[in-house]
Amino acid sequence: MQIELIVNDKSVTWDIEKDEFLADTLRAHGFLSVKKACDTSCCGLCTVWMDGKPVLSCSILSMRAHGKKITTIEGVAQAAEEFAHILTAEGAEQCGFCSPGFIMNVLAMKNELDNPTEDEIIHYLTGNLCRCTGYMGQLRAVKTYLGVA
Amino acid sequence: MQEVSLRNVGHSIPKIDGLSIAMGKPAYTEDLAMPQALVLKILRSPHAFAKIISIDTSKAELVEGVECILTYKDVPKERFTLAGQSYPEPSPYDRLILENVVRYVGDEVAIIAAVDEKTALKAMKLINVEYEVLEPVLDFEKAIGHPSVVHFEEDLTCNFDIGLHKEQNIVSSHEQAVGDVEKVLKDCEFIVEDVYYPQAQAHAMMETYRSFTYQDHMGRLVVVSSTQVPFHIKRQLARALQIPAAKIRVIKPRIGGGFGGKQTGAGDVFAALVTLRTGKPAMIIYDRQETFSCTTSRHAMRIKVRLGADADGFIRAIDLEVLSDTGAYGEHASTVLSCVGEYTLPLYNKTKAVRIRGNAVYTNKMPAGAFRGYGATQGTFALESAVNKLAERLAIDPTEIRLKNISQKGETFLTGHGVQLGSTALDRCIKKGREMVGWKEKFPRQTMSGAKIRGVGMAITMQGSGIANIGTASAEIRLTDDGNFALLIGATDMGTGCDTILSQMAAEVLEVPLDKIYVSAGDTDTSPFDPGSYASSTTYLAGTAVIKAAEELKGKILAQGAKFLGVSKEDVIFEELSVRRIGGEGEISLAKIAEQTILGMGNLQLAAMATHGSQISPPPYVAGFAEVEVDVETGKVDLIDYVAVVDCGTMINPNLARIQAEGGIVQGIGMALFEEVRYSNLGKMETNTFMQYKIPCRQDVGNVRIAFEESYEPSGPFGAKSIGEVVANTPSPAIVNAVYNAVGVQVHHLPVTPEKVFLEMLKQQ
Amino acid sequence: MFTVLDMAQPDKLEEAFEILAKRKNNTILGGCAFLKMSKKRIGTGIDLSRLNLDYIREDNGFIAIGAMATLRDLETNALSRDAFGGILSQSVRNIIGVQFRNGVTVGASVYSRYGFSDLLTALLVLDTEVELYNGGRMPLQDFLQKPYEKDILVQLRIEKSQRSAAFSSFRKSASDFAVLNVAVSSLDHQWTIAVGARPGRAVIAETASRALSQGHLSAEELEAAAKIAADELSFGTNTRGTAGYRKALCQVLVKRGIMEVLQCKSN
Ligand SMILES: Cc1cc2nc3c(=O)[nH]c(=O)nc-3n(C[C@H](O)[C@H](O)[C@H](O)COP(=O)(O)OP(=O)(O)OC[C@H]3O[C@@H](n4cnc5c(N)ncnc54)[C@H](O)[C@@H]3O)c2cc1C
Ligand code: FES
Ligand code: FES
Repeated sequence: MQIELIVNDKSVTWDIEKDEFLADTLRAHGFLSVKKACDTSCCGLCTVWMDGKPVLSCSILSMRAHGKKITTIEGVAQAAEEFAHILTAEGAEQCGFCSPGFIMNVLAMKNELDNPTEDEIIHYLTGNLCRCTGYMGQLRAVKTYLGVA
Repeated sequence: MQEVSLRNVGHSIPKIDGLSIAMGKPAYTEDLAMPQALVLKILRSPHAFAKIISIDTSKAELVEGVECILTYKDVPKERFTLAGQSYPEPSPYDRLILENVVRYVGDEVAIIAAVDEKTALKAMKLINVEYEVLEPVLDFEKAIGHPSVVHFEEDLTCNFDIGLHKEQNIVSSHEQAVGDVEKVLKDCEFIVEDVYYPQAQAHAMMETYRSFTYQDHMGRLVVVSSTQVPFHIKRQLARALQIPAAKIRVIKPRIGGGFGGKQTGAGDVFAALVTLRTGKPAMIIYDRQETFSCTTSRHAMRIKVRLGADADGFIRAIDLEVLSDTGAYGEHASTVLSCVGEYTLPLYNKTKAVRIRGNAVYTNKMPAGAFRGYGATQGTFALESAVNKLAERLAIDPTEIRLKNISQKGETFLTGHGVQLGSTALDRCIKKGREMVGWKEKFPRQTMSGAKIRGVGMAITMQGSGIANIGTASAEIRLTDDGNFALLIGATDMGTGCDTILSQMAAEVLEVPLDKIYVSAGDTDTSPFDPGSYASSTTYLAGTAVIKAAEELKGKILAQGAKFLGVSKEDVIFEELSVRRIGGEGEISLAKIAEQTILGMGNLQLAAMATHGSQISPPPYVAGFAEVEVDVETGKVDLIDYVAVVDCGTMINPNLARIQAEGGIVQGIGMALFEEVRYSNLGKMETNTFMQYKIPCRQDVGNVRIAFEESYEPSGPFGAKSIGEVVANTPSPAIVNAVYNAVGVQVHHLPVTPEKVFLEMLKQQ
Repeated sequence: MFTVLDMAQPDKLEEAFEILAKRKNNTILGGCAFLKMSKKRIGTGIDLSRLNLDYIREDNGFIAIGAMATLRDLETNALSRDAFGGILSQSVRNIIGVQFRNGVTVGASVYSRYGFSDLLTALLVLDTEVELYNGGRMPLQDFLQKPYEKDILVQLRIEKSQRSAAFSSFRKSASDFAVLNVAVSSLDHQWTIAVGARPGRAVIAETASRALSQGHLSAEELEAAAKIAADELSFGTNTRGTAGYRKALCQVLVKRGIMEVLQCKSN
């Protein structure tokens, strides 16, 4: 089947399988920042935005992206880079595999929450697993980015 | 080289690849694969132990889009090991690529290569296999002498005598003893005896195992693999596939985590076989379930400890008896077993006798393999739990008993063959840690409001830095035609940042800014040999190799510069990217030197190559402190605070060292509190998704605080030792101890679940 | 991974139900997080996205929650967030992560009647009605006891009131399934205690609820009610906990739940 959608501000028309999931569709079209690390909707690595909200692209049927705006890290490169610089200054991208999805959720959080507390930050980012860093460095980076102590 | 002001080393420079990978630039195996590569799927055994009576692939082969289906009939008959270890490997050659015997649920039965995943899966369903099901060996405590023999084949071999008795399901027996343990124990005033069960743990790196293979323009097999050990993979493939090593090139791109898991081969051999058979590019990506249940885990163990101390609180005897579950194949079985003692017995050197004995046994479960900590994690859990018990028995503060008994700089230890300890800040680590955690006020427990009690607990640990007399690393540095430096290393960065750290060292020695150095690594065709990133060896060994190469190259540059200036080498210095005459007129820039030597009539590319191995493996140390809060009505344990103070020698890059430490501690916290590889009664792994196998999420870890107490290791690069593994070891014993101090429950079987704590509390009442 | 042979995006409920009824393997698609993990071969997947069922709104004294509202909607929508001491929001806020909850739906969560469901436990102590396309409206408790029939869950309706409520969930790690869920509520001295993840489906502890409603809420009575709840319900063993442990937990969590409700009342 065919879907029409807007990916990173560009209109595209894609042929997809009916039971294809968005992460696979995006990767097939060259959005290689989208990573997958589980088959059970548990890890958050595949996070992209659908109409501005963070979602798990591994679990969203591509069909459901029809008529929607999809944003990957490539589409918010400037804001993402601003945070990525802080993240790398902490050394909190270790293998980096979880970073794009993590960054997408951090940016979504910034859009959604005003002055979040540490607990709120941790809660919002809970769905992003990371096996390398132990989370502390990521938290330091997020706090620096949001300007909270 | 000590204490001079360093421009690169000792600074928290962001990783040179950091921004790109954080932004999701294509850099990992799957990103680099050709879109038309064949997709591989593996048909796996549903039985823990069975013989294949017949296998019929004819229907499956008819499915449109299926390229080939391979079974045990299609593979070479030479056994090999997947262990990524230096040749000759101390792991048994006990595998075939595919075999007519399957030894665990998930063992490989057939390889299906097709144009896409759906086709491969469709074909898989059409393969008909008839099994003769055998009685499996599932309980590792019953493996020795079990009526079933996991490896009954005749052609299993091993390069060394590792104490293999396959008819008894023993892969390896190990004994090391110095002094007469029984006698010393008899003379001891205080004896502690206990049994501990560290469980199997999954690496759970975020990027699952994957490999992409193709034949290049010369017909050589190119393997792009998410591996920690490209050179070992090359050798492994040559043996398994029975083709010359010269025909194989292994490339390691960026990899999404390893933790030792990727020190053991996984799908490479299947993809490679398909490419050899079809001539086509092929890709295998393990799904999460395969990653959990068809690769390796940490070795589950039973460790019996006996400790003896005299009336003054000196530990005089340590005796460890180990049983290690290596699963269906013996990768890393003997070495992980011996490391249980290797990295624990030297901690305390007031001993008069020490001993470790044990067996690693085959069972019909997923193989165990290398995992960050490599036996030290399990050994530390047992030894440190026992030391905490001893402290209580002696009524000495746990921190004090350590301070009294640990090995000091310049001292030797019983199993150390007379080698003196070159550096340690462990005493400072302990003192700093107890201050940070508030030990004096909090030990052993504080009653909180509600039904909550807090407790603190601690443990110390050590590891090695490289493998003495075996580990080696090479580095080459070239002055390039454009006046920059190409740093060629075999070390494999897996996010740990060694590409950056080694560049920092090279930049320091060469006295150039970091951005003048570019790194080429992880390609067996172009990189100098390095066994890979494991055994905490990279900073220590590859670092020294880089320094040696850089020093040699710098000498060559000075000599060349001096020659151009018409003076002797002694009369010049290197300054601001130029060779200058000391105190006089005349200088020539690096760029000019490069241009005039490499281009035109210079006929000389300046380069230097160095290899380094070490006769010693200096230990890094950690003192870990846990503060937990136990809900006495439910048994729930919340980790409030974890303080780890680390001595890794000199920190080459403090931020990267900190992240290593935080990540390792949290992986250790996972082992202590949440993680457990579990099997059903029939031997099927139950914990094969992130739904069932819970690694810590952000809310689970409380506060983790890291501090460093640097020491200076004379044999290490700029005084550095290692950090990658040692950080994984303290959480289990420290947290178990904190729970004990809070509510008096001693957990012997990891992980510490609320139910275990609750039931034990109930028993006490 | 599941496969879907055909897809339908009906504009009318009627049409959706027709397709659903037509073939055994025709299936409603919620957020697909659960479906995705099954090996199901679906004939026609029925996507309800076009039916505008993603609302949470006030409707004649009820909070009406459309089947396609996401768990994240339930968590953040002012109406559902603030009602009943926030237990709807609390009951879902620890499920996996924000991105996950932005995808999975209330309708699927309730229709599937998962034993582990946090939401069902919370809904049980409120005056919740389930509206099915074919089966019509019924109290949640009846729905849970009804044999499984193919139908479309259209919306939930929760009667608005001054009911105070508390929800607690016992998890081994924060993003795991619960070992036990407990919800407690009270309105006009009538108490309701529900226990889920036993690991069986959430149920109301009827005797304990009654005992509590008839007493004077003394400390002893609270303890007694908690014990009655633990005794009257059945518990099972799975990988997350044994029956015995669940039973013990039940008593503790019920007692704490009652105390929490009493506390919010006094505030
Ligand atoms: C990894 C993971 C962890 C989870 N952890 C928890 C947890 O801790 N606590 C908890 O409470 N829940 C948990 N859940 C369940 C989750 O909250 C959802 O309830 C579940 O995923 C179903 O929602 P969905 O939208 O994904 O449904 P789908 O997978 O789309 O559908 C599930 C079923 O419901 C049917 N269905 C969907 N919508 C309707 C409808 N309107 N009418 C009739 N039938 C319908 C479908 O046909 C299907 O059979 C977890 C789920 C996953 C995948
Ligand atoms: S890939 Fe794990 S949640 Fe999407
Ligand atoms: S950096 Fe490797 S998983 Fe997060």
